[in-house]
Amino acid sequence: MRVVLRNPTRELEVQGPVTVRALLDRLGLNRESHLVICDGELVPGDRTLPDRSDVEVRSVISGGAGDGRAGAP
Amino acid sequence: MKCRVCRGPAVIDVRRHNANFCAEHFLRLCRDQVAKAIRRFDMLADGDRVLVAVSGGKDSLAVWDLLTELGYAADGFYLGLGIGDYSEKSESYARRYAEGRGLTLHTVDLPEAHGFDIPGGARAARRAPCSACGLSKRHLFDEAARGGGYDALATGHNLDDEAAVLMGNTLRWQTEYLGRQLPVLAARDGFPRKIKPLVRLGERETAAYCLLRGIDYIVDECPMAAGNKHLAYKAALNDIEVESPGAKHDFYFGFLDRASARFRAEVERDRGELAPCERCGSPTDAGVCAFCRLSERAAGPAPVRLTDRGDR
Repeated sequence: MRVVLRNPTRELEVQGPVTVRALLDRLGLNRESHLVICDGELVPGDRTLPDRSDVEVRSVISGGAGDGRAGAP
Repeated sequence: MKCRVCRGPAVIDVRRHNANFCAEHFLRLCRDQVAKAIRRFDMLADGDRVLVAVSGGKDSLAVWDLLTELGYAADGFYLGLGIGDYSEKSESYARRYAEGRGLTLHTVDLPEAHGFDIPGGARAARRAPCSACGLSKRHLFDEAARGGGYDALATGHNLDDEAAVLMGNTLRWQTEYLGRQLPVLAARDGFPRKIKPLVRLGERETAAYCLLRGIDYIVDECPMAAGNKHLAYKAALNDIEVESPGAKHDFYFGFLDRASARFRAEVERDRGELAPCERCGSPTDAGVCAFCRLSERAAGPAPVRLTDRGDR
């Protein structure tokens, strides 16, 4: 299957079928900081991704939260 | 996996709730969590007008959408930071969202209005880009909320943001910052009330909310943020969260419930008298406010760059 990763955007081929959880483990990615989208649909951790599918692994981490001075004037 | 509520097919598992949800019930969970945060921390009253600080990213668009869904009158405010293509792209996402839903988006362009951009301002003031960015945002968001007569300024800070900031402030025992790290700051001395309605949602949930609501957001990370400590703290907390689901929630809400008040006395004691900034009139305890000092340094002569021998 074709797997697109973001930040930075890159693409790789992964042998399927594989569950979402196993795919993230195989790629060494933390499941708390990623969502998996299969053929345009959000899928949960136990879903098996068929070999012929387009998969996006999307990082959900944003880094621009400033300098720690929450609410400082 | 089945939805905890309806037993239909789930689209997302949320381990800290030990539950899975279908799209409909996940969206309801998000609305309920935001409504609960607003209630518990007394963020908004009926009829309040809210200004939402919008970046074009998932969190700010999610909070705007959720506040609107919950029936609040919420306008958006986008600040162009002059970070090349990234700023142009992020503004287009904010505009598209507002236009598609018939919402009002106010915009200010930092280089156009104040003569400097974030990369240039950070260099001139010898601050980290995220620090110059945070300072500029705080100042200009406050000014926009004040000028527009809004009752509150809402930001998209989520549970992961707050837990990571708490971790950074705790590692360095920044007690003054710890005393101010609250989900709501009351209006005072010309500063608007500031609220963080997403504190009960993690950023995996805000991203999923946007996907399921069809909200297109900028997925690319800000190029200035790469390698900052905030990202490292988030990664460390997510490693802990995998082993111990709910750890981030317990860390942050445990702090609010059992530790935050201990640091507030210091903030009250050290709170200086505020007077209008000599340049812009914004409240400050320093004669000329930090943003005007940054603007002046950014507009002044460029600092002499120290180079290594090979560049001479």
